[in-house]
Amino acid sequence: MAGAIAFNTDLLARQEKRERANILRLALPASLLVLILLFVPIGWLMSLSFLGADGGLSFENYTRIWTEGAYVAIFVTTFQVSLWVTLICVLLGYPVAYTLNLLPEKISNILMLAVLIPCWTSLLVRTYAWLVLLQRRGVVNSALIDLGLIDQPLQLVHNMAGTVIGMVHIMLPFLVLPLYAAMRAIDGNLLRAAGNLGASPSRAFRDIFLPLSAPGLIAGAMLVFVMSLGFYITPVILGGGKVQMISQRIEASVSLFPTWGPASALAVVLLILTAAFLLLSWIAVRKLTPVETEAQ
Amino acid sequence: MMESHVDPKRRLWLFALTGLVLLFLVAPTLIVIPMSFSSSNSLTFPPPGYSLRWYETFLTSEKWQLATSVSLRMALGAMVLATVFGTMAAYGLHVTRHALRGALYGTLVLPLMVPSILIAIGTFFAYAALGLLNTVTGLVLVNTMIAIPFVLVTVGAGLRSYDMNQEMVARSLGANRLVAFLTVTLPQIKYSVISAALLSFIVAFDEVVVAVFISKGEKAPLTQVMFSTLRDEVDPTIAAVSTLLIALATIPPLVLQLLANRKKESRP
Repeated sequence: MAGAIAFNTDLLARQEKRERANILRLALPASLLVLILLFVPIGWLMSLSFLGADGGLSFENYTRIWTEGAYVAIFVTTFQVSLWVTLICVLLGYPVAYTLNLLPEKISNILMLAVLIPCWTSLLVRTYAWLVLLQRRGVVNSALIDLGLIDQPLQLVHNMAGTVIGMVHIMLPFLVLPLYAAMRAIDGNLLRAAGNLGASPSRAFRDIFLPLSAPGLIAGAMLVFVMSLGFYITPVILGGGKVQMISQRIEASVSLFPTWGPASALAVVLLILTAAFLLLSWIAVRKLTPVETEAQ
Repeated sequence: MMESHVDPKRRLWLFALTGLVLLFLVAPTLIVIPMSFSSSNSLTFPPPGYSLRWYETFLTSEKWQLATSVSLRMALGAMVLATVFGTMAAYGLHVTRHALRGALYGTLVLPLMVPSILIAIGTFFAYAALGLLNTVTGLVLVNTMIAIPFVLVTVGAGLRSYDMNQEMVARSLGANRLVAFLTVTLPQIKYSVISAALLSFIVAFDEVVVAVFISKGEKAPLTQVMFSTLRDEVDPTIAAVSTLLIALATIPPLVLQLLANRKKESRP
């Protein structure tokens, strides 16, 4: 009797195991696609990045990145643009998320549409709009002249300024959305308690609200920074060839060099940078999240 | 609502700044619409006069017609494949307790995290070997991969709020898993599946970077043609195309809103 039961559970366990594997097979078509279009080519490119111009094993594609001035300049530009975009997004996004959080939820939900609508609009449409707005005789320049702030139209497009403006427009929702969610989760009673205990409003903000919103801020800012590193379309159109970022260099290398080595080395570096910064932000957010809220 | 700890004067500044930033976010998109009705071929705003000439150019030019047809075929293909594959994967990952579950989920959402330039160069490389460069099939496949994470997340959320026991009941009454899924589960997660399909269509239709790399000429989608036009010249036809894209982009959120309302009504 006991043996029969043991046999049955064994059979059931095996059946269960087979069923699990079977059901997992449903993910096969999707996984195959990722495997063939992402893993295999990127793995292959990684190995090609270690081949020199003569076809032998070499690190020349990597040493070129930090010895040749042109490559160093591209990395400097990429970091510069990404840092500016992140900084401006934080400076504009924090007050917006803060204000939306102050307002009743009904009103802030409507205002939130203004943050979401751009997300639904094609990136090309928005880049085109900025091209129109920022040109020499565009709306922005004429408005600034009419207001008497400037005499001569400013060069706002086909340079770093245009690139940063266009990218901030695309990235700002990615900062505001997680930050707003984090702020909504903060318990208002904590601030009231601080006030009751004699803290000034600015002190309550600095000691309670700011640290509690920090994980959302860091997560959003890191997302903006990492996504900015890989930008291609906006710097090409709004930078007008004067702003060279990593992605443009990868594109140029593909058409410029007969071998894939130089382009793939850049691609590998971009991939590593992206992964490293994402990991960093994950660690930072974990460290900054108070233990109590984590347990909830 | 949160109790304010900002004095009224500073609060006014906050509201003003927020208003300006929200204007900064919305205005550029809206300015494209009047531009598309301009009678002039310069980019002056406000337009000196109004006409439909740029819509006429768009509707009569072979270049734009071809690109629109490629885009539609590509986005529809990717929508169907991504919805089917993505829903299958979401269901499989939801039901299974297999050890590989987490790893598979991570793999399938990876296209969302990898910079698009890397997907572009990887796909270019793979397609050069497979002979899929400059083909609609190639565009459909890569956009399917890019859209799958969105389907996985959307349908996954739908499945989490669905009571799996209902399917168990159907199966215990003799339906096999496929029949049980199609007749019991699918009707109840259909709003998630429809949302996922719309989302995949938009994601595929709007994708630029990969399209720029792997397509050209007659097999290039709208975004690739727009990009190369924008890079080389200032053609106000872009404003007309952009306005049509904006109109297209407002449809899914509206449909989703409608679906959400219906969902609420259908609940007791």
